[in-house]
Amino acid sequence: MQTAGSASNGQTNPLWLLAELTYRCPLQCLYCSNPIDYTKYQNELTTEAWIRVLQEGRAMGATQLGFSGGEPLVRKDLVDLAREARRLGYYSNLITSGIGMDEARIAALKEAGLDHIQLSFQANTPELNDYIGGAKTFERKLAMARLIKHYDYPMVMNVVLHRQNIDQTEQILQMAEELEADYIELANTQYYGWAKVNRSQLLPTREQVERAEAIAHDYQERFKGRMKVYYVVPDYFEDRPKPCMAGWGSVFLNVAPDGTALPCHAAHQLPGLDFPNVRDASLHWIWHESPAFNAFRGEAWMKEPCRTCPERAKDFGGCRCQAYMLTGDAANADPVCSLSPQHAIVLEAIDEDQVVPPADQLPIFRSNKNSRQFVEAGV
Amino acid sequence: MAESAALQPDDIISITRHFRLQWEEVQQAHVLLYPEGMVTLNGPAAEILTRCQEAKSVTQVVEELQQAFPQDDIAADVREFLEDAYANGWLCIERAD
Ligand code: SF4
Ligand code: SF4
Repeated sequence: MQTAGSASNGQTNPLWLLAELTYRCPLQCLYCSNPIDYTKYQNELTTEAWIRVLQEGRAMGATQLGFSGGEPLVRKDLVDLAREARRLGYYSNLITSGIGMDEARIAALKEAGLDHIQLSFQANTPELNDYIGGAKTFERKLAMARLIKHYDYPMVMNVVLHRQNIDQTEQILQMAEELEADYIELANTQYYGWAKVNRSQLLPTREQVERAEAIAHDYQERFKGRMKVYYVVPDYFEDRPKPCMAGWGSVFLNVAPDGTALPCHAAHQLPGLDFPNVRDASLHWIWHESPAFNAFRGEAWMKEPCRTCPERAKDFGGCRCQAYMLTGDAANADPVCSLSPQHAIVLEAIDEDQVVPPADQLPIFRSNKNSRQFVEAGV
Repeated sequence: MAESAALQPDDIISITRHFRLQWEEVQQAHVLLYPEGMVTLNGPAAEILTRCQEAKSVTQVVEELQQAFPQDDIAADVREFLEDAYANGWLCIERAD
C-alpha cells in the first residue's frame, strides 16, 4: 500500500477520469472522435464494474469525472452512477448530445448530485446541425439547453468547428448567449477517429481559421464576466503541437465502454501496446505499473528532435496518436511541430484537404454499419 | 459577476455558485472544483476561501482572518487575494445596498 499523497516512482496521480460509458449513440457525427472500429468494443461494463472504477479512481485522487461516450444517456444506470460519483466526492460532468434526456431524467440527475452538463450542438441552424450530426436533433437540443438552465446546472455549450460551420462562429456565440450558457467551448476538430476519415470534408482553410479566431477573441472580451469563451485552436495550423493530455499518463485516465483503460481516448489505435482492462486489474496497477501507461511517460521514449529540444517539458512532443497516424511511428515528434522532419505532411494535408472535395467523394457518417465495414477491412 | 468594479469593503461575497471547495486527502490540500476544472489551493488561499463558503462582507472575511492570525498584519494580502479570486470568477458578489 502507498501512503496517501505519495506516488510510486515520482509519478503523478490521475486527476481526470473519463468514463466512456457506451459507444452507442443516436447521432452520427462526421467528426466523431470515437474509434472507427468502435463496434468491436461494445461489451460494456456492468453498473457494478463502473462503480468499482469510480471508487478506485477517487481513492487515487481523481477529482474530475466525465460521463461520456457515445451518448452516456443511453445507459439506464446513469442516475445511479451520478449518485455514486457525488457520494465519492467527484465533480461530475455529463458530456452529452442532449438526446435521451427529458425533464424527469434531468431532475433525477440533479437530485443524484450531478454537477454540470456539457451540451453539444453541431451548428447554429437546424439544417446544418442535423446534417453534421446525421440525425434530426436541433429542436430537441434547444429544449434541453433550456431545461439544463431551468434545473440550475452550469452549462457548457460545446460546438466542434470545421469547414462547414466555422464561418458561423459569431452566430454560434450569439446562440450561446441566448441560451445563457455559462461557458462556450469552440473546439476546432481534432483529426482522430471519424474526423480523420472525413478530413477532406472538414479541414477549414487558413483564412477561415483566422477569421474565426479573431471573432472568438473579440467575444472573449465582450462576454467577460458573463460567459467564458474557450477557443481550442486547430493544431494543424499551429507550428507547435498541443501538450496532449498534459503528457501521457500524467493526469488523464480514460476508461472505454468495454473496460479498456487508455491514457487518452484515441490511443486504441496505437500498435504494439497492450492496453489493460479494468476487469482484469486494479486501476492503481494500470496507472502506475502497466507497460502501456508507462510507454510514453516522461522523456525516455523520445527521439530527435524532441529528445534534446528545450520545449519538450512544455509540449511533451505533442500527441502520440497524431504522430502515429501521420508518420507511422508513435515515438516521433507530432508532425504539427515545425521542427519535425515530417512537418510537410501536415502542410500538404492543409493544401490538399482544404479544397472542397469532388462531388463523388462522400462523407462517411459514424454509424454501426460503417464501423463494421472498417472492422471487416481490418483498420 | 461583472469584473468592472473592484471589490468594496461592504460587498457580500461568497464562492461562486456551482463551484465546490473541498479537502483532498490524496493531495493534502483544499481544491476548488468547477465545470471541467480544478485549482489546488495553497495554505493561505484555503484559509481565505474556506471562510467564503457562506456569504459575508469583505470586511468580515478580513476581520475573521485577522483574528485567526493576530501575530501578522494580513489585511492587505487578504484583500488582494479576494480581488484576484473575484477576477478569476471563484467568488461572486451581491452588492450590499
Ligand atoms: S461526436 Fe456525435 S456521434 Fe460521436 S459520440 Fe458525440 S454525439 Fe455521438
Ligand atoms: S521538437 Fe518535439 S519537443 Fe520540440 S517543440 Fe517540436 S514537438 Fe515539442
